[in-house]
Amino acid sequence: MTTAIRIHGLSKRYRLGSSVRAPHHTLAETVSYALRSAFRRRESTASAESDFWALSDVSFDVTPGEVVGIVGRNGAGKSTLLKVLSRIVEPTAGRIEVRGRMGSLLEVGTGFHPELSGRENIFLNGSILGMSRREIERKFDEIVAFSEVERFLDTPVKRYSSGMYVRLAFAVAAHLEPEILIVDEVLAVGDAQFQRKCLGKMRDVAGHGRTVLFVSHNMTAVKALCTRCVCLAGGKVIADADPDTAIRRHLADLTDASAATQDLRGHPRRKPGSDAIMTDVTLTDESGTATSLLRMGQGLGVRIAFDGGGRNLRPVLGIVVKDQYGAALFGNNNRVVPGFHYENISAGVITCSVPRVPLMPGGYMLDLYFGNDADDVDIIYDAIGFEVVADDVYGSGKIPPAACGPIWVPATWSLENAGVGDAPSHG
Amino acid sequence: MGIGLEPGTQSSTREELRAEGDDLPVTVIEPRSGWQIIDFRELWRARELLMFLIWRDIKIRYKQTAIGAAWAILQPLAMVAGLTFALGRIAGEANAAVPYWLFVLTGMLPWLLFTGSVTQAAMSVVNNQQLVTKVYFPRLLLPLSAVGLAVIDFLVGCVVLAIGLPIAGVTPTAQILLAPLAMAVLLATALGLGLGLSALTVRYRDFRVILPLVIQLGMFLTPGIFLQSAKFGPLGEAILLANPVQGAVVNFRAAVLGLPPDWLALAIAAAEATVLLVVGAAYFRRVEKGFADVI
Repeated sequence: MTTAIRIHGLSKRYRLGSSVRAPHHTLAETVSYALRSAFRRRESTASAESDFWALSDVSFDVTPGEVVGIVGRNGAGKSTLLKVLSRIVEPTAGRIEVRGRMGSLLEVGTGFHPELSGRENIFLNGSILGMSRREIERKFDEIVAFSEVERFLDTPVKRYSSGMYVRLAFAVAAHLEPEILIVDEVLAVGDAQFQRKCLGKMRDVAGHGRTVLFVSHNMTAVKALCTRCVCLAGGKVIADADPDTAIRRHLADLTDASAATQDLRGHPRRKPGSDAIMTDVTLTDESGTATSLLRMGQGLGVRIAFDGGGRNLRPVLGIVVKDQYGAALFGNNNRVVPGFHYENISAGVITCSVPRVPLMPGGYMLDLYFGNDADDVDIIYDAIGFEVVADDVYGSGKIPPAACGPIWVPATWSLENAGVGDAPSHG
Repeated sequence: MGIGLEPGTQSSTREELRAEGDDLPVTVIEPRSGWQIIDFRELWRARELLMFLIWRDIKIRYKQTAIGAAWAILQPLAMVAGLTFALGRIAGEANAAVPYWLFVLTGMLPWLLFTGSVTQAAMSVVNNQQLVTKVYFPRLLLPLSAVGLAVIDFLVGCVVLAIGLPIAGVTPTAQILLAPLAMAVLLATALGLGLGLSALTVRYRDFRVILPLVIQLGMFLTPGIFLQSAKFGPLGEAILLANPVQGAVVNFRAAVLGLPPDWLALAIAAAEATVLLVVGAAYFRRVEKGFADVI
């Protein structure tokens, strides 16, 4: 049997705290870095505890025409796997055989240049993604039609709205027609109508016997699109089965208490220039049990431990809940809440309780804003993620329908002035 | 382990795929270690992308500029005017055969080609961070496209030269055929340095600071741009002979103006250029696999 992708014993190690991680932009940084690194590099090469295995001994095969979902919580190794597959980073051990041309869409608009016009970017981006000039010319009209930006083709893309930008970028990528398509969920941005178009395009690709690897936090999309699903945790394959089984395994992994706590001290998404005051965050359900998996309609607790290092603070905490595409859904902060007013606090734990989380099933992220009175002093984007799963919220034995936006607002219904029909009722 | 696609509907597709499956290229991804040779076939396949990258850089450079591509002409002209003003009286007298401004122009064009190539190539990988971390393509294209951009600037500058020659009453001889050779030596030197520096800059941003300084000093170590080498004495001559850029610059001028070529300098420069190119390319290939991790 031919395989489209054969992954065998794949491992990828990162050296943490390696001296070359941080970017250096100024002369002072550069010089001090150069002085320090002369000593530091010798230390870090030896210490094995600073090794981080993003992937360890991952093996699976994909047959042509399969649509394989890849799921796992943040940091499970999904992105690393994609990066290795698309040859952006090299594996530390193991081997992959890829049969046919592979198109990877790790982020929309890779290589888009803001100064160039839409037309110019189609050619540049297409070429970067691996299309020949003739191929791009042949598909040009199709790409433009798909993107719906005809009127702005000669406008620099820096003047595009973000929706237009994404549509154009996806349009180019969608017309790549590789044998194997790697899709990261960020592709599914844009409005609902465009999302449907994107998913349709992916089904199209799969329908033509091409292989698709689909990474997503959107379990509904995974279930709808994939014929098989691989679940990763801690860099290992913990399930390789039909989507339902693998998703169940993934959800079980999410409920693991360790996913509900995140150390914030070295958080990679802390806004540059922030004072690292927040030390960790824990998510809980309404009973106070640590979990990052909520049933629809359940309460959510966000517990933030902070340490101002001796500073006297008037602590203010803001949270913003975002969907998996990064759009803010709702937020709250205690600056405007009566009864939360403390001064000269240097450390502590603030808990924000949302009594009933109005979210549809899916994956969500939290941004955290820690303020000292009116000043934001510590901002962390995508600090921690959580998952909401479907539940029989009305006690009717039925689950509310998906695909009507991420927000769920309970409602009651009534019927008045009912005229009862003459026909005998059934049963 | 595979999950059943509907057997009836999918089997025909499978067959087709298997039939054409043999034509599909198989890519093997595994850790490589040590020195890598350059994959020229891969580079050749990516030639269109190289053109697109050069084209992008040209487009971007002149977007939202008032006079656009005229900058490619103004830069060498300004340098020539400046040097002629500063040194014309002192350095020009001994060289009555051609006007001093033409002397400087024939030195400045290759020098700007060299500095343009090296500085742009050195920054090429870092400046395309967004690409390097998101998509695979032969990384060599980045420094190559940077050099390509400098070559286009050079060719535009040559238009100035083509206008300047008749004005000065100089008619090129058949010796001008030597000019591409001198430029090839110069480009090999620049590319070798650019490759090495671009890879080093990924890891050590220090080079971002060091390079402009070294390039500025380099002009004083390449006096062939603005002075006749006869003025340096035997020791100075020997030192200058070791500078491949000097060798290329002097011979480019000799080729264009029909002066006697300095074969020894050209041979030494060619040898050094070859070494630099091989070492630079080898180092680049050795470390490029880690670019996305380190950048």
